[in-house]
Amino acid sequence: MFGEGILKGLAETAKNFFGSYVSADRLTTVEYPEKRLEPIEAARVFPFLVYDGGDWQAGLRCVACQICEKECPPKCIYIEKSKDKKPDAVGKMQFYPTRFDIDVSVCMSCQICVEVCPFDAIKMDKLFELATDDRFGGLILDRGMLAKSNQYFHGIHPTEAAEVDARLTAERAKSAAKAGAPAAKDAGRPQPPPPGEK
Amino acid sequence: MIDHPIVYQADQIFVLLKHWLIGQLPSSVQPAAGVLLSVVVIICLFPALFAVTTIIERKGLGRMQNRLGPNRTGPFGILQPIADGIKSLTKEDIVPTSADGVVHFLAPVLLVVVVFMGFAVLPMGRNMALTDMDAGLLFFFAIGASTELSVFMAGWSSRNKYSLLGAMRAVAQMISYEVPLLLSSVAVVMITGSLSLNKIVEAQNHYTWGLPHWYIFTPWGLAGFLIFCIAATAETNRSPFDLPEGESELVAGYHTEYSGFKFALFFLGEYVGMFSISGLGATLFLGGWSAPLQILNFIPSWFWFFSKLMAAICVFIWMRGTFPRLRQDQLMNFAWKFCLPLVLTNLFVTALWRFLGEGWLRWALCTAILVVVYVAMARAEMRSGHFGSRRYRYAE
Repeated sequence: MFGEGILKGLAETAKNFFGSYVSADRLTTVEYPEKRLEPIEAARVFPFLVYDGGDWQAGLRCVACQICEKECPPKCIYIEKSKDKKPDAVGKMQFYPTRFDIDVSVCMSCQICVEVCPFDAIKMDKLFELATDDRFGGLILDRGMLAKSNQYFHGIHPTEAAEVDARLTAERAKSAAKAGAPAAKDAGRPQPPPPGEK
Repeated sequence: MIDHPIVYQADQIFVLLKHWLIGQLPSSVQPAAGVLLSVVVIICLFPALFAVTTIIERKGLGRMQNRLGPNRTGPFGILQPIADGIKSLTKEDIVPTSADGVVHFLAPVLLVVVVFMGFAVLPMGRNMALTDMDAGLLFFFAIGASTELSVFMAGWSSRNKYSLLGAMRAVAQMISYEVPLLLSSVAVVMITGSLSLNKIVEAQNHYTWGLPHWYIFTPWGLAGFLIFCIAATAETNRSPFDLPEGESELVAGYHTEYSGFKFALFFLGEYVGMFSISGLGATLFLGGWSAPLQILNFIPSWFWFFSKLMAAICVFIWMRGTFPRLRQDQLMNFAWKFCLPLVLTNLFVTALWRFLGEGWLRWALCTAILVVVYVAMARAEMRSGHFGSRRYRYAE
């Protein structure tokens, strides 16, 4: 009533002012380029393509089915399907993408491509420093830049990667047992349920 | 102590330097050159102080909010004002198509010219006033009142509803708070018996037991100083009275439509206005350039003036970091229903002080009257609902 609240407020800010020089705990700012916080495990920023084995061109899980291209809400994925087929990670003959581009400037990180992919070929990455000074070429990432190994996937999202790996091994074992031999040509690999429908 | 030659020369260094410089010129141009030199120094000095103040403000506000503040430009971010200056100089100067171009251009220029003119009468040190005007205080307030005009010119010529709302708020607020500002200074004039700012400082430059006779150390002076501070904050549109530019309500108030260097001029005008009103407050109540203790008299007088000025600026920043913005009706109620009665009481108390003569009686009586009036008014205002938390008529 007599202005004591004003004095209380002034005392509080003065405490903050001097306290910020004394105790480092008060300053919650992390000075970003020099110091950085590790993103949480569930962080998702931009999709990448998973490949098995050591060679990305041989081990790419993507079979160019183009479901993600069709589902992508802002239409930022461009896929060209190959004319020929080549063996995938388990030795089955599959199509593969001759072109797989994602436009960073259009992608809105919705993760729908990941949810619809029947082959667990596209997953979300944690990298967020995707800025470039070349606004025409630099913002379109081709399949060479997008391809990252399964080990990398394990490194950034261990829980999800372990779950995907377990499922894939089980399915591959099942299909191998059912067909007896990798002779099922046109049927292709049995499709695992999309993760979004679990 | 001022009689010691070294102390005297340190105290008068700028005055002696000026005399030496204009002594080089033929005697016919000497008076004009002297004035020109002082004006140039003032025009260079206060924008430099403005640059320092912006970085102090940004760092200080950051620390009050437990942030770091700018720290990228140069060591600890001290070159930030230079970066800001380059940025505002190189930005495009946009004038809205439907704006009144001439008035739109004149408003920031007029503001800056007017706020600089206040320094003409401020004594910044012993013998360091540009002009010793007999009615210096009157001149200061007359010039200070013209800032309202430039603010309204900016708001009106922009042809933007936010600009106009901001300008109308600014005019209402500045005219309302001009009244307590003036009346709180009138108390000083009543005691000193002069409108000359030099005489007002001289009157406070005495010491008893090594302590100064500043007006803030009297009951009426303290009350007057507090009201002066409140009114000065409102007069310079600083938080918590920053309604004219309240960015959460009005984009940027009267300078919404300004960009580039004109915007920078508005900023300069606001800060230089703060400097001049702080300087006036220091001159009226804090003894101007006189030292706070008699033994500190060996430190030059201009140092004390600028220390007091910067201390006042730090208080401005501190208040900005603490208080939320007032509502328009609260602002007006505060000016007319609280500050005005209190400052009128203070005038009465000052007269009493003047005629009661020396002794403890006037101390006791004047303090008692002020405290009783303050408490009574705070209670009355609280009961009538003008102060305190807001009561909602329909949404209880």
